[in-house]
Parts: sequence; C-alpha cells; structure tokens
Amino acid sequence: MIAYLGRRLIQSLLILLGVSLITFALLYLLPADPVRQIAGRSATPETVENIRRQLGLDQPFIVQYWHYLARLLGGDLGRSYIQRSEVTELIVSRLPASLLLMVGAILCELAIGLTMGLIAAVRRGTATDQTLMVASFVGVSAPQFVVGLLLLYVFAVRLGWFPIGGYGSWRHLVLPSLTMGILGAGWYARMMRSSMIDVLRQDYMRTARAKGLARGAILFRHALPNAILPVVAMIGIDVGVFMGGIVVVESVFGWPGIGQLAWQAIQRVDIPIIMGVTLVSAFAIVLGNLLADIIAPFIDPRIKLR
Amino acid sequence: MTNPIAPDLPAVRMPAKPRAGVWRRLVRRPLALLGLIIVALVLAGAILAPWLTGYDPNEQMFDGLTLEGSPLPPNAKFWLGTDLLGRDLLTRILFGARTSLIIGIVANGVALFIGTLVGVTAGYFRGWIGSALMRFTDLMMAFPALLLAICLAAVFEPSLWIVAMVIALVNWVQTARVIYTETSSLSEREFIDAERTIGASAPRILIRHILPHLLPTIIVWGTLGISTTVLLEATLSYLGIGVQPPTASWGNIIFENQTYFQAAPWLVFFPGAAILALALAFNLIGDALRDILDPTQRGRE
Repeated sequence: MIAYLGRRLIQSLLILLGVSLITFALLYLLPADPVRQIAGRSATPETVENIRRQLGLDQPFIVQYWHYLARLLGGDLGRSYIQRSEVTELIVSRLPASLLLMVGAILCELAIGLTMGLIAAVRRGTATDQTLMVASFVGVSAPQFVVGLLLLYVFAVRLGWFPIGGYGSWRHLVLPSLTMGILGAGWYARMMRSSMIDVLRQDYMRTARAKGLARGAILFRHALPNAILPVVAMIGIDVGVFMGGIVVVESVFGWPGIGQLAWQAIQRVDIPIIMGVTLVSAFAIVLGNLLADIIAPFIDPRIKLR
Repeated sequence: MTNPIAPDLPAVRMPAKPRAGVWRRLVRRPLALLGLIIVALVLAGAILAPWLTGYDPNEQMFDGLTLEGSPLPPNAKFWLGTDLLGRDLLTRILFGARTSLIIGIVANGVALFIGTLVGVTAGYFRGWIGSALMRFTDLMMAFPALLLAICLAAVFEPSLWIVAMVIALVNWVQTARVIYTETSSLSEREFIDAERTIGASAPRILIRHILPHLLPTIIVWGTLGISTTVLLEATLSYLGIGVQPPTASWGNIIFENQTYFQAAPWLVFFPGAAILALALAFNLIGDALRDILDPTQRGRE
C-alpha cells in the first residue's frame, strides 16, 4: 500500500511536470505576442523591448521555464501581465466560487443520475427504463451552453424563480449547478443502472427474497448500498469533465470562478493566468484520479492496488 | 504468402460472420434507427441547403427585421424566424449543418487516426516507445480538454480547418487508451504468436491480423467521437473562437445572437436543438454499435 502510494505520487508529480512543460511550451510558441498586448498599439519599439526584458521574455525558453518552475515550488505562479496582481492570489480568491459550483454540480448529478439509474434498473426492460435511458443520452448530448441559456430563459427570465446571473445566495447556485449536473447525470444514470442490475443478479439477493423480505427492504437495505458505492467512486474521475465545463458555464452565468478567470485571460493573452489555471485544473484532475484509485479497493476488496 | 503448416487451407476470414448483418441489426433497434434518421436528415439538409429555402445564408433581408430592427419570430415567410441581421435562420441552420458535419468527420477522422496509431504502436511494440507514448497519453488525460482546446483556438487565427485540427489534437487521447489496451491483449494471443513464429513481419501482423480485430472498437469510438466533436465545435464557436461568422455554424449562430436571447429565444432554441439532435444521433448509433459489435457484450440483453 505504502509502496503503491509512493509510486502513484511520483507518477502524479511527473504528469504535472509534463503538463507544465507542455503548456509553457505551447504558450511560448504562441503567434500572439503578449508584450504587444501589454504595451498597446502606440508603444515604441524601445518600450516593447523594455517590457520584454522586464518580464524576462527575452531569455531562452529553457531559462524561462526553469525560472517558472523554481518559483512554482514556492507556490508562486508569477504575476498577471495585465492586472499586475499575483496569479496565486487571483486563483485563491476565485477558487471558493468554483469549488462551490463543483459541490452543487456533484449534488445535482448524483441526485438526478442515481435516481434515474435506480428506477431504470428496477423497472428494467419496461418503457420507463427505455425513456430514462433516452433521457440519459439526451443529457450527455446536450451542449452545456445551450442547457444553461435555456434554463436561464425558463427559470430566470420567464418564471423569475432564480436570478439571471451572478454570485451570492443559494439561489444563484441552482441554475449553474443544474447546468453542469445534467451532463454528469446522464453518465451516472447509465452507470447506476448497470451497477444495480449486477447487484440484483447476485445470489444474496435471491436469499433476501427467499427469506421473505419486503421489496423495499431488499432494494434499499441490501441492493442500494452495494450498487451505489462503485458509482460514487467515479466522482474522482468526474473532476476532468467538471474542469472542462466550468469555462463555459461560468461565462454563461457570470459566475466568478477560475473558469471565468481563465476565459478572460485567454482573450487578453495573459499567459501567467492561463498557465496557473491550467496547472490548478491538471492538479485537480490528477488528484481526483488518484483518490478514485485509492478508494477503489476499499469499496470492492477484489480490486488490488498494484 | 502460403501457410507452411497447411498450405491448401483457404484463408480464414475470422470476423466475417459476426459482422454480417450489422446494418440489419442496427436498423432493428428503434433508438439506433432514430439516430440514423436524424443523421440522414441532417446530411440531406446540409447537401441540399442551397435549394431548400430559396434564401442566401448571408443575405441581410430588408423585410427580415421589424421596424425597430429586432429579429422576426418564426412566421410563414421565415419558418424559423430571422437573426439579428435579418438573415433567414432556417437557411443558416441548414448551412451550419455543413460546418458541423465537415468538422465532425474531418476532426474526428484525424483524432481517430492519431489515437489508433498511438494505441497500436504502444500496444504492439511495447518497450520504451510504448511506455513513452502511453506516459504522454496519461499526460494528455490530465489536461482539461476544453481548456486546452480553448487555448489553442484562441491562439491561432480561427478557421474551419484550424478548429478541426484543434479538436483532433485534443480528442485522440481516449481512443489511444482503448486501442492500446486491446492491442496489448491481442498481441499476447496465440494466433499472433503463431504468426510471429512463422516469421511474419510486423506490418503484416498489424495490418492483416491486429487491425481487423480492432475494427469494431474503431467503428464504435469513431461514431461516439463524432458526437464529442460536434459538441466541442459548437462550444468553441459559441465562445467566438471557433468557426467565424459569416460562415454559419450552429455554435456561432448562438454566439452572434446572444444579446437578443431574452427577447428572441428561438435564436438559441433552434440551433441548440440542432446541436443536441446531431450529437444525440451519433451517441445512439455508437451505443447500439457497441452492443452489436462488442463480443463481450453479446448475449447480455
């Protein structure tokens, strides 16, 4: 276990190092010149060169990357080119909003997805099952920005139940969470259904029925706990999907998280922020996968860590 | 090359039998059939776009706006209404189908090619090439795909082909992983060992023996991949960094008209429904194909 953890941790660190190198290289090769963006159109060539030297952008790639890594080890992600503030501070100040949205999204997708999957499995082969499975396909095929805009139109513009955008109360959280959750709910519904069907087929379920337990007791005491665990363990892997979605969903709802920060930075070629958010997202994804793998053997003892 | 052990035996075409009738089994499933019908409709709409409505997708019509200059709701003349510049929405959606299909096929084709190449190479040759390729794939998995695509698309001057390439660069990873797993288990099987023993060359083994076995997986992932691609293109275009107006794309129709969205929701609804329908169609077909083609899934129904 310890050896396994150690190996996985080193692997994860190497992956993050690789991500930082690739992102850094990509942004270095950009045809768009960040210095021109900062200096403005009317800047003289000397000013442009000065800014370039100031930011250390005149140095060779390896040197720049080395400096970046050295500072990264101290938790310093550099300064934003445009806002002149620390990227670490910017990200830390935006992170709570994104994490809140993440919690909301996970609650939504579990609540919707698990319920759908459970009902579909119990009513397996019926019209209910088929309708729910089509619905799950619709969920995974719906573009998030369209779902977001439609939810906004119906529940905020027409019905006025929720605010049109922004951040603050729990009411602000509902629509963005739902938008993110609908995509995930589709996957969870399918996983929950097959997990539940697997469990219902087991011998101990037949025993439970044979000793005359009530249907509800069989389902909720014996089947559900066994079926739900492997599905819930997928949350870790879900982080990747979530990190992709926040850029769009946060921009639709004006949610002040790291997705919006990244999107604004991309439009202004603010490289330190783009780097920072990419690294933080990659970190979250790697961590999620790691947790999912570590939890797996606790949920199903047949899985061995190797 | 003749078989040295039994030279007279006819060549064995293993996968031929189970695959016969895939089409028939596909159309017998109502959901897959629905998917096929949607794809056929979109395809027909894309090809026949210039003749279906009689409007030009870029023509800003004088009678396409109200007197105050807002878009028209759906009516007898403009079936799906008009957009903020007074262009016929139906015509733009039909032309947008071309964009979605071209990108869906090109981007997904390239992604599938890269993914298969990486997966097969890593799975068959192993060694340091194999582990280097798979570590790189792991690394790509840690990238938030959409963020990476957004970065790339924002950086390059966006055009239809750039968008397709960006999507391909992001989307090959999953395919590579699946193909890798299958190839490495295939290359341990006895019939591949036998081929090696009789001195068959690596390209021959790969093309004649491994690739045919991978074909079902490639077809399934290729179909499901189109759905992902269509969604990614729409998202990039919605953010304004995908296909650029005036070229119509379902995503950029929503991007352009977003300011009118509260007053004219049909400008979001119709293109949004088109994106959903096409993505859904390929998901339904891909899922049915997986059931039909994957031998481990067979008989589970």
